[in-house]
Amino acid sequence: MRKLVNWPLLAKVIFLGGFLVFSIFPLYWILITSLKPREDMFTFPLKYWPETITFENYVNIFEISNFGVYIFNSLIVATTAGLLSLVIAMLGGYVLARFRFMGKNQVIFAFFITQMIPIFIALAPLYLLMSNLELLNRLPSLFLIYTVMMIPFCTVIMKSFFERIPPSLEEAAMIDGCSRIGALFKVIFPVMLPGIAATFIFAFVQCWNELFLAIMFIDKEEAKTIPVAMNSFITKFDIDWGAMSAATVISVIPTLILFAVGQKYIVEGMTQGSIKG
Amino acid sequence: MKPQPQPKGISILPAFKIHKHGLYIFLSLLPAILLVSIFIYYPLVKGAVMAFQSYSLFDLTNIEFIGLQNFKEVISNPGFVRASVNSFYWIFFSLIFQLSIGFFVALLLKKRFKGRGVYQALVFFPWAMSGFLIGIIWRWMYNGQSGVINDLLIRMNIIDTQIPFLSEPNWAMVSVIIANIWYGITFFAIMILAALQSVPEELYEAAKIDGANKLQELLKITIPFILPTIIVTALLRVIWILNFPDLIYAMTNGGPAGSTHILSTFMLEKIIYGQDYGQAAAIGIIIILLLMVFSIFYLMATKFNKAGDF
Repeated sequence: MRKLVNWPLLAKVIFLGGFLVFSIFPLYWILITSLKPREDMFTFPLKYWPETITFENYVNIFEISNFGVYIFNSLIVATTAGLLSLVIAMLGGYVLARFRFMGKNQVIFAFFITQMIPIFIALAPLYLLMSNLELLNRLPSLFLIYTVMMIPFCTVIMKSFFERIPPSLEEAAMIDGCSRIGALFKVIFPVMLPGIAATFIFAFVQCWNELFLAIMFIDKEEAKTIPVAMNSFITKFDIDWGAMSAATVISVIPTLILFAVGQKYIVEGMTQGSIKG
Repeated sequence: MKPQPQPKGISILPAFKIHKHGLYIFLSLLPAILLVSIFIYYPLVKGAVMAFQSYSLFDLTNIEFIGLQNFKEVISNPGFVRASVNSFYWIFFSLIFQLSIGFFVALLLKKRFKGRGVYQALVFFPWAMSGFLIGIIWRWMYNGQSGVINDLLIRMNIIDTQIPFLSEPNWAMVSVIIANIWYGITFFAIMILAALQSVPEELYEAAKIDGANKLQELLKITIPFILPTIIVTALLRVIWILNFPDLIYAMTNGGPAGSTHILSTFMLEKIIYGQDYGQAAAIGIIIILLLMVFSIFYLMATKFNKAGDF
């Protein structure tokens, strides 16, 4: 007898379809909310497809706050910290991948530990440290601390990327008369470019999103990053959901673009025995 | 970028001797080690010391060692007890559902199908968002007046009037846990999918020849093979979930009336609002001790199981 319906396949399609809706609905919902005029936002029953689309929430957010400044600050901080931690991680990762030396395992273990313990214990002393360095309310406090926070994870990831490149590649270049540094630049980096890009994207997104350190260190308008600003939208008695939804969408956009570009390599890096969620 | 077999005899690793490259190694690692020591380890150690001091931002002239006073005060605080119990629910239910749904999703994504890449990118995306933003979004969806969850439940005739999910203590903890489950499924799906793809095809072929059915394949090959990954991932996840205050901070900030505090949000509140760094540090130390004890028991228990299975 011929099978009319392939039940297992149908069940699979239904489950995966349902999971897709479940996964992206919250993101869809915040986007739709941000595009609704104020009246539609609060009237029951809710509209699941906006009849009138408006950008008033987006215009509004730039009027009621210095949102342009926050975006600029976030970009500066995340880019600087991303690049700095990348360079430092490449230096360290290369050495950890290629050489055997005393203390190597201890260094890796010390990096690993930083990912496991609640970093909040360090919050108060860090605040005092930044205060002593006179960095409070200034952007360098953020890109300095973000760089440091990213170093352990990025170094371990870079190490695993370097390990996948056979040493014979450098050897060949060095036989041809390149110095070690020359071999690194001419031969290794081009091969590693996807890995390097993924590591940068990972660090950038983490720094772009970071909230608690930024709340601790930054209080002045001119140095606020997007999360700090959004946090101050909340602590007011009532949340302006129009502005909040627009701010959420704006702050997700860079993540979305970078994730789309680097997803394959980020996921690969993630599963290389790494742990950060 | 798969590792290629190295030609014999010309591997250059043995040529890199410590005495020859010591300075290069030292200089390359110096920035990382220096920065991590100054800005992570030094504050951590100092923070740990604070747990035994009276250290309030309002009274910095009066810092002295007070023994276990901070720990006594923290433990006798009813808020702490509540936060500990909540932490257990928070970890237990988040983990069970994230793991089982994530496992199921990974299983369905294992076989290549048209559009799988796009599908993965879509469902994996929430993982790249911050817990804070996720919290904001769910807070809006749970809104007691015009939240979409209320709207959906009313449309489906499950409820008649709106439920104030986040301002009703009985609902609030359940609500934040559901949001956390949503957020964390992806992580398990990614890790388990990677593990599934590393199961050698030959095992399945051999099983097929022996006439095994799908369920037997799953129980006898797939699960045993990926079990180590699941055990390690779950442990790391427990540690991570407990140390993850962002979502709760954004959704309820521990409220209403402390009913959604977990240990990490309870501690964070002490730092941001209470400014009692000594007590906050004491909570931090308690968290570390709990995690250490848990990890030891967990590893002992799972090793025991493994010995029984194989």
